[in-house]
Amino acid sequence: MAAITLIEALTQAMAYELRADPAVMVLGEDVGINGGVFRATSGLIQEFGADRILDTPLDETTIAGLSIGLAAQGMKPIAEAQFDGFMYPMVDHIICHAARMRHRTRGRLTCPMVLRVPWGGGIRAPEHHSEANESIFTNVPGLRVVMPSSPQRAYGLLLAAIRDPDPVIFFEPKRIYRQYKEEVPDDGEALPLDVCFVLRDGSDVTLVTWGSQVKETLEAADALAKSGISAEVIDVATIKPLDFDTIHESVKKTGRCVIVHEAPRTAGFGAEVAAQLAEKAMYDLVAPVERVTGYDTHIPLFRLEMKYLPNVEKIIAAVNRTLSVS
Amino acid sequence: MESPVRFEIDYLQYLDADGELSNPDLPDFARNREQLVALYKEMLKVRCFDAKAVALQRTGKLGTYASCLGHEAAHIGIGSGLQADDVLAPSYREYGAQFMRGVKPREVLLYWGGDERGNDFSGPAHDFAWCVPIGTQCLHAAGSALAFKLRNEPRVALACVGDGGSSKTDTYAAINAAGAYTLPFVLCIINNQWAISVPRSAQTGAKTLAQKGLAGGLECLQVDGNDIIAVKAAVEHAAKRARHGHGGTVLELITYRLADHTTADDARRYRDDEQVKAAWKREPLLRLKKYLMAQSWWSEQDEAAWVIESNAWADAEVDAYLATTVQPVESMFDYLYAEMPHDVAEQRAQALAAEKH
Repeated sequence: MAAITLIEALTQAMAYELRADPAVMVLGEDVGINGGVFRATSGLIQEFGADRILDTPLDETTIAGLSIGLAAQGMKPIAEAQFDGFMYPMVDHIICHAARMRHRTRGRLTCPMVLRVPWGGGIRAPEHHSEANESIFTNVPGLRVVMPSSPQRAYGLLLAAIRDPDPVIFFEPKRIYRQYKEEVPDDGEALPLDVCFVLRDGSDVTLVTWGSQVKETLEAADALAKSGISAEVIDVATIKPLDFDTIHESVKKTGRCVIVHEAPRTAGFGAEVAAQLAEKAMYDLVAPVERVTGYDTHIPLFRLEMKYLPNVEKIIAAVNRTLSVS
Repeated sequence: MESPVRFEIDYLQYLDADGELSNPDLPDFARNREQLVALYKEMLKVRCFDAKAVALQRTGKLGTYASCLGHEAAHIGIGSGLQADDVLAPSYREYGAQFMRGVKPREVLLYWGGDERGNDFSGPAHDFAWCVPIGTQCLHAAGSALAFKLRNEPRVALACVGDGGSSKTDTYAAINAAGAYTLPFVLCIINNQWAISVPRSAQTGAKTLAQKGLAGGLECLQVDGNDIIAVKAAVEHAAKRARHGHGGTVLELITYRLADHTTADDARRYRDDEQVKAAWKREPLLRLKKYLMAQSWWSEQDEAAWVIESNAWADAEVDAYLATTVQPVESMFDYLYAEMPHDVAEQRAQALAAEKH
């Protein structure tokens, strides 16, 4: 079995489910012959045809609105928002309709759609191509918000998202689309959409993160290990609903927690994790919770973006701050 | 200079405001006493219901309600021109169309009475619920039409939007998508002249709202929306084109909102009584009644009897609505997801515990 990248794992998951379920289809801008601007849908139109891999007019409102109509009438659309910063015209449809279709009709109509969104910074992209906007959606009832951080988890989580009977916002950390390869069996095995993954066991501090910051955080944990500090690393993966129990179990062991995310700090999802720690884990903590996040600014154009994003040094500094409290 | 293409917008009317035939080339259903009387009876029935709903709101037994007064021909015309397996994506006052599809008045009242179960109505299970954000339903109908086309189903999706809603991005987007994919899609722009307080003239510089379909490559027709014969004929024509793979149509149905926008509105703040009085002379029931009576197909006795019957029907629905108990508190949580996430379950338990105190 050849090893594949995260983006190839996404393609593999879509192809698997397109073969398995005739209701599944893909729509978005340039998803057809071009295979998507990042190539996530590369090769799909050749296998599944233009009726199932559908190029749309260049309008995000159209993509979202059509997807809701398709989903309500028995299709399972996988919609692609070309970039994070282009998804805002979709928000009305996502919040007012997709997220509440089941709820407001008492289950008569449902909206089993996936909105795939290439997400986040760090690829020297133009303006509006580098947003970390997940917390806009974690405050919306009726949605699931998912972000994979490895090829295997990308495959399993996207399969689960497509099969889920409710709308899923599936953020894809574009910075790690092609960062490394691993073997991903094309076995159709989905991963659960309500658990965090413990990627590294540790006893001194719990590092909670998601998306492309998983890479930075694992590297920080490696560096910390060389100084004799044992860090546990948790990939949240499904941000909504949050599996707080896994985080809590870890903090019971370590007593310290550093939350790492790329989005701006204020009301970023780290605030929710910290609030739940305050509510449920206060007496397990021996030091204040630390957050390593983007600043409360817009992500700069790319000459400065690496100074905005969390990195190994910032994470290590936060860990050292929390360890300095005894 | 050569013109690459020229456009025209036609106007369809059979029955003028005086109940005279302006176009004697009637469709078959309008030559049939039974069918035409049945349409009139549906219109009168909706008007009786509407009056009851407004009265309920005025006596504190209903929340804000959007009256359909004056729109009866447009709504019944739409309802009578569709098949059960077609999809209707309404805005929020097309009760006449929905009653013809099996929605019960008690369900309309439940929705405006603050209960989501109104959206779980007895009409076709695939029909969309009322859509308050304005215009978004147009794209949901287009998406439905896309599903039908992809599955080769001979079904049509019809969306209703107002003159105000015709300004929305979503409405243009739906027109564009329907043209790009040749979808079995019908958009009824129900032009009642007022978007709350903003008149039709302030919505757009376009001479007609029907022509908004031209840019998307759809067939466009302006229709006297107070003439049930014209509306039904136009909707049937558009639905037939759609069903046979010939693509989408935009119908501008010209009518007048005789009531306030909703019961929370006071139209006297922004429009003259004279305009409303003039509109009452063009309203849809009056002209059809005149025409039916001139054919000796309807009488004042028939009218009085049908009003009694319709009021009894509406009263029974009102009673059913008023007798509906409030949903249990856990219903807030029970329909969010197919499978309830643990955090929602936790909050559900908290809400139930709060009930016991």
